[in-house]
Amino acid sequence: MNDRLKFYQVGSFAVGNRLAEEGQKVQSRPDRTNALNSGHRACQGCGEALGARYAVDAAVAAADGKLVAVNATGCLEVFSTPYPETSWRIPWLHSVFGNAPAVAAGVAAAMRAKGTPEVRVIGQAGDGGTVDIGFGTLSGMFERNDDVLFICYDNEAYMNTGVQRSGATPPAARTMTTQAVGPHPGQPFGQGKDMPRIAMAHDIPYVATASVSDLHDLEHKVTKAMSMHGARYLHVFVPCPLGWGAASKDTIRIARLAVQSGLFPLFEAEHGHITSVTKIRKQAPVEEYLKLQRRYSHLFGEHPDTETIEHIQRIANGNIERYELLPDAEDDR
Amino acid sequence: MKDEPFAITLDVGSSLANKTGTWRTERPVYLNRMPPCNAGCPAGENIQQWLYDAEDGDYGRAWRTIMADNPLPAVMGRVCYHPCQSACNRGQLDEAVGINSVERFLGDQALASGWSVPPAEVDSGKRVLIIGAGPSGLSAAYHLRRLGHEVVIREAGPHAGGMMRFGIPSYRLPRDVLDAEIDRIRAMGVAIHLNSHVPDALTAMRDGDFDAVFLAVGAHIGKRAYIPAGESAKILDAVTLLRDTDAEDPPQLGRRVVVYGGGNTAMDAARTAKRLGAEEAVVVYRRNRDKMPAHDEEVQEALEEGVLMQWLSTIKQVDEGSITVEKMELDDNGFPQPTGETETLDADSVVLALGQNVDLSLLDEVPDLEIEDGVVKVDEHMMTGYPGIFAGGDMVPSERTVTVAVGHGKLAARCIDGWLRDEPYVRPVRPEPALFEDLNTWYYTDAPRTHRLKLDAIRRTDDFAEIREGLDEVTAMFEARRCLSCGNCFNCDNCFGVCPDNAVRKFDLHSAAGDNGRDYAFDLDYCKGCGICVSECPSGAIRMVPEET
Repeated sequence: MNDRLKFYQVGSFAVGNRLAEEGQKVQSRPDRTNALNSGHRACQGCGEALGARYAVDAAVAAADGKLVAVNATGCLEVFSTPYPETSWRIPWLHSVFGNAPAVAAGVAAAMRAKGTPEVRVIGQAGDGGTVDIGFGTLSGMFERNDDVLFICYDNEAYMNTGVQRSGATPPAARTMTTQAVGPHPGQPFGQGKDMPRIAMAHDIPYVATASVSDLHDLEHKVTKAMSMHGARYLHVFVPCPLGWGAASKDTIRIARLAVQSGLFPLFEAEHGHITSVTKIRKQAPVEEYLKLQRRYSHLFGEHPDTETIEHIQRIANGNIERYELLPDAEDDR
Repeated sequence: MKDEPFAITLDVGSSLANKTGTWRTERPVYLNRMPPCNAGCPAGENIQQWLYDAEDGDYGRAWRTIMADNPLPAVMGRVCYHPCQSACNRGQLDEAVGINSVERFLGDQALASGWSVPPAEVDSGKRVLIIGAGPSGLSAAYHLRRLGHEVVIREAGPHAGGMMRFGIPSYRLPRDVLDAEIDRIRAMGVAIHLNSHVPDALTAMRDGDFDAVFLAVGAHIGKRAYIPAGESAKILDAVTLLRDTDAEDPPQLGRRVVVYGGGNTAMDAARTAKRLGAEEAVVVYRRNRDKMPAHDEEVQEALEEGVLMQWLSTIKQVDEGSITVEKMELDDNGFPQPTGETETLDADSVVLALGQNVDLSLLDEVPDLEIEDGVVKVDEHMMTGYPGIFAGGDMVPSERTVTVAVGHGKLAARCIDGWLRDEPYVRPVRPEPALFEDLNTWYYTDAPRTHRLKLDAIRRTDDFAEIREGLDEVTAMFEARRCLSCGNCFNCDNCFGVCPDNAVRKFDLHSAAGDNGRDYAFDLDYCKGCGICVSECPSGAIRMVPEET
């Protein structure tokens, strides 16, 4: 599914490949759209800013430049459009927090009514705008099979308003509203929702997960989604240095460890069925992922909370089992 | 009245007006670190660069990059003990890059295609005499010629090549390859006078009206050890054996040959003896294999060919048809001590491979020289105590390998050039090393090394055919592409791609239009200094530096 270039010193995993004529990534092109332009006010090392440019540039390329984006309230909206400036180099609408999927469905209907169905529509929001506040309208957009690609940039809490927990906050993570106090510090186990699987339950044409740590995989999925019509959903993992208490330089490294530990599985599903998974290349224990983030610092230190760490490892192992993430023995890529 | 209606919406402005570069406390800068291969190369080759060139399939450019430092790539690709590979960072990932085999491929490509380097554009009017046409003499001649000096080599032997011809057997270095690379140097206008023994360096310098002399006579006198021997015992030294074999006048060694010594020359002698028809070749060495100075690869190949090893033994007595050896044991300091226990081995002849001495007779009349342990001391400019007389290769204190000698020749040429122009050569400051920890190895594909084939051991002891085949183009390119490019940009576009602020500009490949001659530049108007580009640079070619306050 994900065509990696044949062996080159570079290029198989890096952004570009000077040795290959074809198959260059959108992000390696000097003339890429830069849909989200410089001068935006995202924090240093923002995973969401990076993920949004990766995804939207790929979507613009796939739609031959004819793309409209609808954006829910959230970090992405706030840091990209402080009045009267905008970082967007494509037509872009800000809805309110909860209705971006409905507005995007409306834009798609408008394009159809205008007789310009070639103009494609994406909706985008953070995890709060997707899994909590915009959940109802998103589910409606899915069940009506509106012709929209909806992209969720998941940084696992409400970052813009000061790091409050969301329905996507993982167990044991510290946020402003799930402090690291009490017998079970941080976000309780057993809460939250798994949005990609909920999307799959709508039997829509395409559901996929992606990560800022794997550009090749991400561009492949956006391109594939844009080749299809109807309701499509892409869930992109985007670390937040500020909210997660991580070094700004480690954004991609953390995202990579989330994938390689099994905590964030990469897969594609069509009409409710898994069609492919991106295998783990270098399996990592969850500690490596957790240790880089201060939101998990209460698990470490002089008396590590091995029980909780093991619990998180079991979640990762569960993903590995459910999605069959380990490479086959004979797979020697 | 206002011109504009009240509370009008402002036009859309671009966020480019917001120069986020002001947030920065550290800035990224591109740098070149010293890759371990380059740091380890005695000839000072820019290995990382020529592997980069070869990756594109531009073998001509790759070859010219080698030629900037080393005029003998096809020889190097066969006889070098490749310290570059021992140092290669890829060794910590899977297996070191097969640098040596790629070098051979490039050297052979050049010979097959008749590539050459352009002659010097300037004529300095200076004349340099080089005494000895071995690797250091040839290397110095080549580099001096490229710097515009007239060069004359005087070689005492009947052929050019020195120890490459008289010391290295043809199964490791075929003579047509050696001849072709020497001819290429000759074609640059280097005069090589053969059978031209120099009895006195000073007279030769004065009579020939030379401005400088480079001594490169090598070490050709086999060391002898006192061993009680019967009258009819056959004892010869390894240097003589190897030289006479090359001259197609090999000595009669008999069926059982004992080689005494544990260096590379001992291995060459034993393997040559096998090829000359000896049924049994035994290396007798006073210490054990760990302490053997011979390179592992040569020991391994000798063993594969059936050479026998008798560790911890010294020869006490040589008689007709047999020798007496005494067993040794290593003391706490690793030195061999006699045990008094002896045994007798069958031996038709004994080859002494105990090292070589330098014939320094041509320096008898030269004043102010400092000679220590039989070799000539030189300063950091390769100059002897006598102004204008330089020396290198096996006749100065150093490790005695072809590659070291080539490096001496290069350095000496630069120093001689500086001396002739009265601008002493200053060695460039080495950049900081590129350590394995500086790399982000995630981005490199797992790729095992392509080993050169060796002739089957049984076949290769029959004759002096070359025992290693070269790589074909596909495997050579594959091998080159395994290079991690440690410490140096290789245009992977990662910095350009991973910046959340689009603060990296990309220019055309090899346009060098970016920062410090690279194809990328940081846009400091917008760079927030997050450092992701540094973390995700595979080769460690970027670093953060604090902003000035």
